[in-house]
Formats: sequence, structure tokens, C-alpha cells
Amino acid sequence: MAAPAFSNPIVRWIDHRLPIFSFMHHEMHEYPTPKNLNYFWNFGSLAGFMLITMIVTGIVLAMHYTPHASLAFQSVERIMRDVNYGWLVRYLHMNGASFFFIVTYIHIFRGLYYGSYKTPRELLWMLGVVILLLMMATAFMGYVLPWGQMSFWGATVITNFFTAIPIVGDAITTWLWGGYSVDNATLNRFFSLHYLLPFVILAVVGVHVMALHRHGSNNPLGIDMKGPQDSISFHPYYTVKDYFGIAVFLLFYAGFVFFAPNFFGEPDNYIAANPLSTPPHIVPEWYFLPFYAILRAVPDLWIIDAKLAGVIAMFGSIILLFFLPWLDHSPVRSARFRPAYRFFFWVLVLACLVLGWVGANSPDASFHGVPFLWIGRIATSYYFLHFLVILPILGYVEKPKPLPLSISEPVLKRTAYGAKTMEKA
Amino acid sequence: MANSLQAGAATGHGPGAGGEATRRDFLVLATAALGAVGIASVAWPLIDQMNPAADVLALSTTEVDIAPVEVGQAITVVWRGKPVFVRHRTPEEIKSAEDTPLGDLKDPQPDSARVQKPEWLVMIGVCTHLGCIPKGQMPTDDKGEYGGWFCPCHGSVYDTSGRIRKGPAPLNLAVPPYKFLTDTSLLIGEAPDAKPATGEAA
Repeated sequence: MAAPAFSNPIVRWIDHRLPIFSFMHHEMHEYPTPKNLNYFWNFGSLAGFMLITMIVTGIVLAMHYTPHASLAFQSVERIMRDVNYGWLVRYLHMNGASFFFIVTYIHIFRGLYYGSYKTPRELLWMLGVVILLLMMATAFMGYVLPWGQMSFWGATVITNFFTAIPIVGDAITTWLWGGYSVDNATLNRFFSLHYLLPFVILAVVGVHVMALHRHGSNNPLGIDMKGPQDSISFHPYYTVKDYFGIAVFLLFYAGFVFFAPNFFGEPDNYIAANPLSTPPHIVPEWYFLPFYAILRAVPDLWIIDAKLAGVIAMFGSIILLFFLPWLDHSPVRSARFRPAYRFFFWVLVLACLVLGWVGANSPDASFHGVPFLWIGRIATSYYFLHFLVILPILGYVEKPKPLPLSISEPVLKRTAYGAKTMEKA
Repeated sequence: MANSLQAGAATGHGPGAGGEATRRDFLVLATAALGAVGIASVAWPLIDQMNPAADVLALSTTEVDIAPVEVGQAITVVWRGKPVFVRHRTPEEIKSAEDTPLGDLKDPQPDSARVQKPEWLVMIGVCTHLGCIPKGQMPTDDKGEYGGWFCPCHGSVYDTSGRIRKGPAPLNLAVPPYKFLTDTSLLIGEAPDAKPATGEAA
């Protein structure tokens, strides 16, 4: 724990006055990390890598982009055709949004499976939910900027959510738009905020990591580190593992950027925005599809009309994650030792995938005679039941499997077994 | 088995006895070298995007019709975002420019080296001191004591050949590459020896 003895005298001089090198050594080098982390623990650093990639490519794009209703679409086309490597920077940014969400969603489900949100990591989890909300706002506003048909109509639909608020809804929406429809004023403020929010995310990520380093990473067994024998230093063991993860990740990311750059996009967004004509089938980006399905699934409820109820359900599906550490009050973290929870976890994964599939389809279409509307309603019901009913009940009725005494124990047992068989041979 | 593992550890991982390179040194160097190549290849597009884009390069020549410019008149045209002075000089202006002894000049250059046709003077209208646009294009402008141009920012005075005569500017007004497409039209941005790609047989 003591400050390391740096051999470089300049480093020593600075560190005596500003302990930045000691801090980095402490948090990124000797930082004790559970020695049993699996590859699902790579996705936090991958998300950090994507955040930096998005900020760097975004700053470059802002050098060439024009946030004006009559120039935005042309300026994006100019980036694609005329700016040196503009196509590369834009495709990195465009696909980067998708890959940022892919790694973040895997990161979140990793946390769900291994109970990473449980005490003492509740704030760590809640800060993560804040980051998710900020990411969604940033991604939505960024998607508006190219000012294509999907940009424009996506912005129109999403901002119309706020008209669902009783009494003041219309006034709030007019305020958001800066006019009576999505127009130049809306585009300008979205550009401003789209540039701002990533830096807010960066700051919250800093606090997220601070909260992480207070008690260290959770691990696949979900039990605490009992001593130095349960941990290894972050560097070189996990730096090298993170670099390896990034290398594998880049294969996929670069594969899409160079060989299928428009795979995640909608062709309609290559048509300039037309406020007088909505495209026949408007869908959000894939990472919003499950939420879009929830929005459309909810019918009129008692005195709440379907429009307001859908918006409440959609935002509620994320807001309830803030309460997850208390909804799931089982003391056992990892799903490895919770057979019932493990089953319901996979049902939740399935429900989320189904919601995404439903969100991509027209609500009046049907699948083998079953209307998508009803598939969406069943999946939406499960989503809320999972968090609000099943998890609280499981905490009482589930009988967890016995936990290992320490992180080292299962490893030592396996080694002892291995030694025994070797002896026999 | 255990012995061979230890032997492998000794040769592969430990610091080489006597300081010779180990397999670990090779791995570290190879990784660092590949990382440097990777970072450089990603950094280059991010740097090069700030260079002039294709549409900016496409604007790097400007065609000018000089037929309406009478003797004694001057026009200012924009080339690469900068003003270019085109003056139809009077015989007196040409004579005074040609008769100036080179010894009187701060940046000695004969008038013949600055024009393709003596009656047409074509220059970039940016003062070589700190980039202001000198006065002297409009009939009402102060042309300075040599009848050429006068920079209002810091008082540089240019003669009828655009050469610096007084003031802080170090160099004559620059002459851009240009050529006469016909007697009455100029192409600024391309030197006379560059053949235009017309597709017609010469």
C-alpha cells in the first residue's frame, strides 16, 4: 500500500507534490482483483474503450458537421464523400454506437447473473443505470443529427412521449422543440447536448470506477475476497486480459465498419428529412427495440390512457433497475449457487430478446397467427413480474447451493485432485 | 514433467543470465512494435481528416473574365479563400515599375519576373507582414506614395509592381500560379506549363 519507490527522479519529484503516479500505481497496477474473473469481466473495459472511441471520432465529426436543418444532411454526405477518411470516421462512430450498446448490455447482464448489484455495490450498480440512461439520451440525440427521414421521425416520435404527460405535456414538448414541430431549433439543441453528454458520461464513469475500487470487482463465485491468496494484481494479469479482449472485440467491430457498415442502420436515413411525409415503417435503432416494444404493448389501464401508460412502462422498465439491489434481497450473489434464480435469469434474457424482436415488427402483424401485440404483452408482463414479483419471492423461498469457503478453495481442491490422479498414474 | 516445466520457466521467463535477451523481451518488443503500428494507422486518418477535403481541393483554381477591366482599373477575385488582385496597368505604371532600380528594393525582383503580360499584374492581395488586405484596388483608396498599394494595418507601402517599398512587410506581394486561357480570361491556380486536360487533339 505504501507509495512505490519510483526510479525516475522526475517522477519522484512530481509524485512528492502531486501523487498522480502513486494513485495510478495503486488503482491500475497493484489493485487487487479476484483471481477467478472470467471473460464476462472484460466488458466493462470494452465499454470504456468504446466511450473513448466515440468521443474521439465524435470530436472529429463535429469538425465537419453543420447543425442546421438545411445543411446537416448535406454536411454528412460531404463527410462521406469529400473529407479525408471521413467515411471511416463516420462509420466508426455510427457502428460504434451499436457496439457500445452491445458491450454495455452484456456488461449489465453479467451484473444481473453474478449479482454484482448486491451489497456493498448498490451505488456502483445505480451509477451504472445512470450511465445507461445518459447513453440512451446521447444515442437518441446523435441519431437525429444526420437529419435523414429516420432521424426526423424518430425525433418526432420520441419527443412526442412528453405530450403524454397530463396538463403540461404539450407545453413541455413545445419547450423541448423550441417551436411547434421538430425543426432547426431542435436540431441545434440536440447537437449541443449530444456533444455535452458524453463528457458527463465520462465523469459518471469515473465515479462508477471509484465505487468499484472501494470494494473491488465481484467475481463468478459471488463471494468476497478473504485475503491476498484470493487476488492477483490488476497489472499485468488483467491489463493483458483486457488488451486481449479488446483485440478480439476489434475483429468484430472492424469487421462491421469495413465490410457491413450499414448493417445496423436504416436505408431510410439516407433520404433527407421531409417533415411532410413519414416513412411507411419507422423503427428505432436496434438497441431501443425492446423499450419500443414495451411502449406499444401497454393498453389503457384504469384511468390512464394507453399513450401515458406506455411511456410510464417504458421509462419504468429502466427506473426499476435502480431498486434492484433491494428487490432481490437474497444474500447469495452468484446465479451459480441459485438454481431457481438462474432459471428465471435466462427467462428474462429470452423475454428481452423477444421484446427486441417484437419491437422490430409492425404491431398489427402476427407470427404464425399470434399477433405481435400479444407476444409483446406477454414479454412485457414477464419483464415486470421478474423484477417486481419473482425476485422478491425468490429471496424467501429459494434454497441456494452451499457456497465455497473462499475463492481459492475450489481451485485448491481441483489441484489436489489433479495431484492425486497424477500420483496414481 | 515438473522438471521440464521448471526448465521452461528458467529459459523462457526469468531474466537471462548475463543479461542476454529472453523470450519475454522478444514478446514485449514485438507487442510494443505492433501496438505502435496499430496506433499510427488509426491516428493517421484522424489527423489527415483536417487536411483540405476533396471539395476544397476542387476549388483550387478560379477562372476570371478580364475583358471588362479597362486600363487603370483593378478587380479582386477570390482564389482558395484569399483575395487576388488583378490590375490592368496604365503605361505610366508599367514604366515606373520597370524603371525602378533593383537597388532601391527591399526584396529585389525585376517587374518582368512578376508579370506574364506587362499590362496585367496578378497578385495575392495579402500583406506579407501579418496578413491584412492592402488598400489600392478602389479608385478612392489610398494607394501609398508609390502609386501601388498601402496596407492600413501597419503601414506597408507597395509599388505598381506590388513590391514592398516601405514599412514592416518583408516580401513583395506574392504572385500566384496563373495562366492566360485566352487574351481575356485567366485561370488562377495553374501555372502556364500545366496542360489543361481538354480531351481534344492539339
